Amino acid sequence: MSAGTELDLVELTAGVVLACAVVTLWRRDLRALVAVLALQGVALAALAAVLALHTGDVGLGVVAGVVLLAKGLVIPNLLARVVRRDPGSRETTPLVNVPASLVAAAGLVIVAYLSAGRLTSLFPSPVTRLAPLGLATVLVGFFVLVTRRKAVSQIVGLLLVDNGVALVAFLLTAGVPLLVELGASFDVLLVVVVLQVLATSMRARFGHVDLDQLRELHD
Amino acid sequence: MLCYAILVIPLVAGALAGVVPWRRAVGWMTALANAGVLCLGVALAIETDHRPPLGALDGALRADALSAFMVIVIGTIALLAAVQAIRYLDAEIAGGRSSTRHASLYCVLVQVFVTCMLAAVLSANLGGLWAAVEATTIATTFLVGHRRTDGALEASWKYVLICSVGIALAFLGTVFVYFAALHVPGHATGASVLDWTSLMAASHHLNPTVMRLAMALLVLGYGTKVGLAPMHSWLPDAHSQAPAPVSALMSGVLLTVAFYALLRFKAIADGALGPDYVRTLLVIVGLASLLVAASLLLTQRDYKRMLAYHSIEHMGLIALGAAAGTTLAIAAVLLHILGHGLAKAVLFLASGEILLVEGTSEIEKVPALLSRRPVLGGIFGFGLVALLGLPPFSLFVSELNMFRAELDVGLGWVAGVSLLLMAVIFAAVMTHGRHLLLGAAGADKSAATPRIVAIPLVGGLVACAVFGLSAWPLQSLLYAAAHVVAR
Repeated sequence: MSAGTELDLVELTAGVVLACAVVTLWRRDLRALVAVLALQGVALAALAAVLALHTGDVGLGVVAGVVLLAKGLVIPNLLARVVRRDPGSRETTPLVNVPASLVAAAGLVIVAYLSAGRLTSLFPSPVTRLAPLGLATVLVGFFVLVTRRKAVSQIVGLLLVDNGVALVAFLLTAGVPLLVELGASFDVLLVVVVLQVLATSMRARFGHVDLDQLRELHD
Repeated sequence: MLCYAILVIPLVAGALAGVVPWRRAVGWMTALANAGVLCLGVALAIETDHRPPLGALDGALRADALSAFMVIVIGTIALLAAVQAIRYLDAEIAGGRSSTRHASLYCVLVQVFVTCMLAAVLSANLGGLWAAVEATTIATTFLVGHRRTDGALEASWKYVLICSVGIALAFLGTVFVYFAALHVPGHATGASVLDWTSLMAASHHLNPTVMRLAMALLVLGYGTKVGLAPMHSWLPDAHSQAPAPVSALMSGVLLTVAFYALLRFKAIADGALGPDYVRTLLVIVGLASLLVAASLLLTQRDYKRMLAYHSIEHMGLIALGAAAGTTLAIAAVLLHILGHGLAKAVLFLASGEILLVEGTSEIEKVPALLSRRPVLGGIFGFGLVALLGLPPFSLFVSELNMFRAELDVGLGWVAGVSLLLMAVIFAAVMTHGRHLLLGAAGADKSAATPRIVAIPLVGGLVACAVFGLSAWPLQSLLYAAAHVVAR
């Protein structure tokens, strides 16, 4: 593979990660959200694999495999289980409607470029130049967390934040040290398992997983 | 060797608790293990006093005086919580709300939780520190929801979601620190780039622009786990819904273990940026936390939530003390971490007992505790006195020294504003406390407080008072530990 193709692939996969984040704002069908998240995980793994080939770093190759397994396969499957209990479920009442959300996403991408642009211009390289895409993904994840009220949507928001952080890490530093990266992936996996169990017991107890209807705790 | 033992002992106790069916002896065994951690923490403090730090596990673990101090704090609170857990689990099983299997699960999770905190303070690598702090969230989620009520479920959801987002931001901050370190010429490579020692050695060469962004993310991210405003909203729910021994551990040590991470990063950032930048960040979040605590304490009707908001206040005070950043300030912050841990653990454990015997956590419905249950009421009363920072308890000394340090570095206005907010908090807590403790007693005379509750809690209060009257057992350790991260 020539250096040019590799760079094209890195740009493509990083772009797909952000595009997936934006699509989660557009689709309200929870099953579609899970599919988009799986695609994002695969894109992230592909990016790590390309970087690993480029640098010849075996550790990063292992990380790519782990990311593919965890974020492309296991986590979407866990989420799909929550969604399956509740067929045809949709994010019915986002606090911000879809067109406004998409406009907000455009704004967030600009914010990401403004804040990270200064950073990447310090150590310019064709790969670090893409870091704002990761930051934008983090911000869109935040937006999902704040405006969506279904349990599954909130998990998706958390995972968007997490994937965005991972994207920044890959682009800036070709991944953090292997052990830390593995620890991080494992922790995320466990968090999703925990959230899935909680969502399941909420369904069993309350008959829904709509967080707006939880009103037990307040001041 | 010491570092290994400190991590292995609580974990082995947890494994045993998972295998042997629950009975009181299992509870005592976990308490014994945590007492062992406390003793080893003291040994570690002696070993590292004015000597180079201990390493273990190929350099993955590292213990200096600051780590030793944190191990002592964790061991102390874990011991208190383990003894009270016996009482809690017995009562839950007797009341038919819990099974022996559920009780075993509780013991296993608590021991894993304690081990994760110990791993966080013994980790040589700041990435490892991050992973351990994240793992505490996972271990505690089901503990928060252990009572299996609607509120507990809602609280655990909020807890795990908000803390995971916060900790993801802390990870991004760590990535930026790593990025800055990679661009220091001649810096270590590979896994040791994030080692505390190599980062400290290179701190003056880290790129300031990158470090500014990193520290903002780290203060926001770890600040979530510390319970600092604006990311504090999970704390009152989780701390009020969790079983009392878990609340004691979470409020008494988990918050300050997360703050320990901030202290470490602050030392690195101060090298790269000078003290002003992190100081400004900490002053903002510290004062915001005090403001949140003051405004929400006024209207509190639930005594467990009252204690939770009180934690936000104390974390704010600790952040302000750390903002001052001198050796005196950090020594006072560390003493405050210990004093707050002891007092808050005693109060949460006492509140668990009150909830058990009174059946409600509403302040309105529990009047005149002092005349109806003198021992329990007395413990709660003295605990509140300690927490409000009155002498002879150690929080008085540490708050005084933190204010002194703030004046020394020209943060007099911060000390002034925080005193004002503390006065509001004082008035609010006194009003709630007066209703809870004094007032007209009803007719019902109730049983005495069992010794398993009274003795450890009185012990905790006495320790808190001893450290307030004379810091001699700790003085040298506090300064050695403060010296690690102070300028």
